[in-house]
Amino acid sequence: MFLTRKVEFSASHVCASPALNDAENRVLYGAAANPNGHGHNYVTGMVFDLRELKQLIQDEVVEPMDHRFLNREVAPFDRVVPTTENIAIEIWKRLQRRIDRDEVKLRNVRLYETADLYVDYGGEACG
Amino acid sequence: MRLTRRYRFAASHRLDVPALGVEENRRLFGKCNNPYGHGHDYILDVTVEGAPDESGQIVRRSALDALVQERILQRLDHKNLNTDVAELAARVPTTENVAETIREVLEKNWPFAPRLAHVRVAETDRNIFDLELR
Repeated sequence: MFLTRKVEFSASHVCASPALNDAENRVLYGAAANPNGHGHNYVTGMVFDLRELKQLIQDEVVEPMDHRFLNREVAPFDRVVPTTENIAIEIWKRLQRRIDRDEVKLRNVRLYETADLYVDYGGEACG
Repeated sequence: MRLTRRYRFAASHRLDVPALGVEENRRLFGKCNNPYGHGHDYILDVTVEGAPDESGQIVRRSALDALVQERILQRLDHKNLNTDVAELAARVPTTENVAETIREVLEKNWPFAPRLAHVRVAETDRNIFDLELR
């Protein structure tokens, strides 16, 4: 049986690789490379079966990330480009160590970048 | 890891199998068989699966958008699915067949290393068709 809980947080980020120049970053990331950042209302959905889930997400994700500039205020995004993919991986890592136990496993993290674009991450090896 | 992107197009269709008689088509497709056709605001969800590259992205959004725009939306949006789309000419343009056609066209023209993993087409918010690709 799966349980999915949805929470929202808002944050700003810049998607740009420090190894590339502005024009190259613009090609790679589009408008998300704007140097002063921009904001999203992120939504995560994940699977669990206990009421503590809400508090746990609050502690691990919402409290540290909500209304923050991810690149400057939330590790590891001072060195990892905060694309939606990378934010989903980081959320997975933070939640998995709090959730996983013998009979309960984190199953999926879904992170919305916009209403029309989201990423699903289930812990598979990446890169 | 999967990335899902949502697109929209409006199109008209009429469900009719010419080989069957008027009564049989009416029985089979109901009001979807009405002679002058009808339209839907379709929603297309395209899911791409793979590991993020060194840029931290599974696929560049602008490149995925350009592909879907050129190969699908430009050819289906504000079109008559019975008459205007070559790949659908020999098929009844049910949304099952529309989804299958979209999959075929995308796979044939797929330029990305991460794979096309899923196609979902909704003709209304109650009629939704999923194609999971292995």
